[in-house]
Amino acid sequence: MIRVDFLGPIQKEALELDITNLNELAIILQSDTEVSNWLESCAVALNDTLVTSLEVPLKDGDKISLLPPVCGG
Amino acid sequence: MLSLYDGSLDVPTILKEWYEEEARSNYGAYIPFVGTVRSEDGIDGLSFDVYEPILESWFSSWQKKAEKKGAKIKMAHSKGDVLLHESSYIAAVFSPKRRVALEFIDEFVEAFKSSAPIWKYDLKDGKRIYAKDRSTAIAGSGLLA
Repeated sequence: MIRVDFLGPIQKEALELDITNLNELAIILQSDTEVSNWLESCAVALNDTLVTSLEVPLKDGDKISLLPPVCGG
Repeated sequence: MLSLYDGSLDVPTILKEWYEEEARSNYGAYIPFVGTVRSEDGIDGLSFDVYEPILESWFSSWQKKAEKKGAKIKMAHSKGDVLLHESSYIAAVFSPKRRVALEFIDEFVEAFKSSAPIWKYDLKDGKRIYAKDRSTAIAGSGLLA
């Protein structure tokens, strides 16, 4: 299973999904009305490292995080 | 060095600790930036969420950039609520000569604002409201859209 965490202001509980790549995750989240509006502005991390391509294989136990727009300081 | 605190920062204590830590390190310059919560738009304060695993790797990559210039950075940030006129953020650069530190503190603080995994909320009328309009999408966002 792959865990998907929604960070900061995205009010959504973590998901546990049986997926093998980020394309599958994109399709699932695009049809999820709780989160679909966030996708355009969210960065994606795999096991706490930011990723820049959907062509990333996933393995059992991986953790994905969605990071909405930031503002520290 | 990256330090996170629950609530507001004790600015004099942190600046003093950092000063003393590096007093014998032969740095000629110590340039701190202190971010303080201002009264504007009727807010009672700010509140912060921090995602520590990525913040730590983000900070580590900036520390390596500093080391290449012979410099060192230190940073402290708040988690949770910080009220008006309290401080939520301190960054400082130590370097042998002033020019490196002056330029690096500018570069570091700007990058921090736009890419460190921290989320800001206004505290207003008992509510915690995401500061969406003041937030910046991290480079590479939109991958799943």
